[in-house]
Amino acid sequence: MANGAVIEQNTSTLWGGGRQPFGASYGKLMMWFFLLSDALTFSGFLTAMGLYRFKYEETWPIAENVFTHFPFLHGEHPLLFVALMTFILIVSSVTMVMAVNAGHHNDKKGVVLWLGLTIVGGFTFLGSQAWEWYHFIHGDKGAVIAQDNTVYYLTEAGSEGKILSVFELVTGEKKPHGDHSEFTTEQLRNAFAANGSATLRLPGKGDKDGVKILSRKEAENVLASAEVIQGASLRANEYGNVLFADFFYFVTGFHGTHVFSGVVLNIIIFINVLMGTYERRGHYEMVEKVGLYWHFVDLVWVFVFTFFYLV
Amino acid sequence: MANHNLPSEHHESPEGTGWIWKVFWILLIVTTVEVALGIIKPEILMGKFLGTSVLNIIFIVLTLLKAFYIVAEFMHLKFERSNLIWTIALPVLILIPYLAFILLTEGGYMNVLMAQ
Repeated sequence: MANGAVIEQNTSTLWGGGRQPFGASYGKLMMWFFLLSDALTFSGFLTAMGLYRFKYEETWPIAENVFTHFPFLHGEHPLLFVALMTFILIVSSVTMVMAVNAGHHNDKKGVVLWLGLTIVGGFTFLGSQAWEWYHFIHGDKGAVIAQDNTVYYLTEAGSEGKILSVFELVTGEKKPHGDHSEFTTEQLRNAFAANGSATLRLPGKGDKDGVKILSRKEAENVLASAEVIQGASLRANEYGNVLFADFFYFVTGFHGTHVFSGVVLNIIIFINVLMGTYERRGHYEMVEKVGLYWHFVDLVWVFVFTFFYLV
Repeated sequence: MANHNLPSEHHESPEGTGWIWKVFWILLIVTTVEVALGIIKPEILMGKFLGTSVLNIIFIVLTLLKAFYIVAEFMHLKFERSNLIWTIALPVLILIPYLAFILLTEGGYMNVLMAQ
């Protein structure tokens, strides 16, 4: 039968390769599967952070007390810098879509322009993250760490828990912008004894009653065996619970690694575009594949932004 | 030999670049709203809801909205074949809420065990 021959021919081409059951090329499909597994990895990190954050609500710092710096601006500007970082990443996502779009039209000049801008955006974001880490590592106001590793902020009675910097308590002056002078526990204890209204508070927002402020007596008891802490390492940090800084370093670091490898991929593809590799191949799908990765990096940042800085 | 450099099939996608800028403005406006809410923290939104504040629920909803636009438009998933869309979307839509639910509702047991 003539029909039998046709069916046979169809099945042989069906299994003979060259067909796309998902309507996507091999490379694009594998990129999607990789991103799927990566999404699950990141959600594992973020939900783990959520778990500990609920457990240690009293000592878990509030983001607006931690991330307060903005380049060239004095005073406290919570959220502004990280909003700028989000903006940079969104813009670089847009330039990437433009590059993919230009690729669809085999417009080499367009791909070069937009992919180049995406690389610039990537480096700008990485620079911003380095800046953010620098300030996180050096710390800002300083705090007190008790024997049991509980971190207390300095505050004054009647100021509703407004944080007093170690600098201000010891020197009696406003802390200058970008100052990183270090103080000893001895200096802190003396200054604390001299300032009758100074006391301690927990970093978290506490329960219904709000911030938990210690009485002067409790604060003196804590301070008798506590030490001054400035800056943040993986072992201890001035912001609050040790896990806060650990998750900060790990999650933003892991995301930063993704951004970095994304920039590297973009540069490799950029060089290939310049050399005309995809022009000779007849299509620019490679730009689309690294584009998927780049958008994913933006996607992850959207969630990191929410769960580290907003919620 | 299968040729791995074969391009994907062509899928309907909007002409021009207008849609890209539309998505850009949506993402920018949503982010601006989030930052404004995060700085002001309106007292009216601080009430408890589903174990957290109404404000936090708003943040999460807005974040999911942004995620939708990035994945559907920028990553072009909206224009892929439906079997690809569901292959990618279903595991994420099932596993991540499940993981979050288990850790946030049942995670307390871990602390009980660790205390022993």
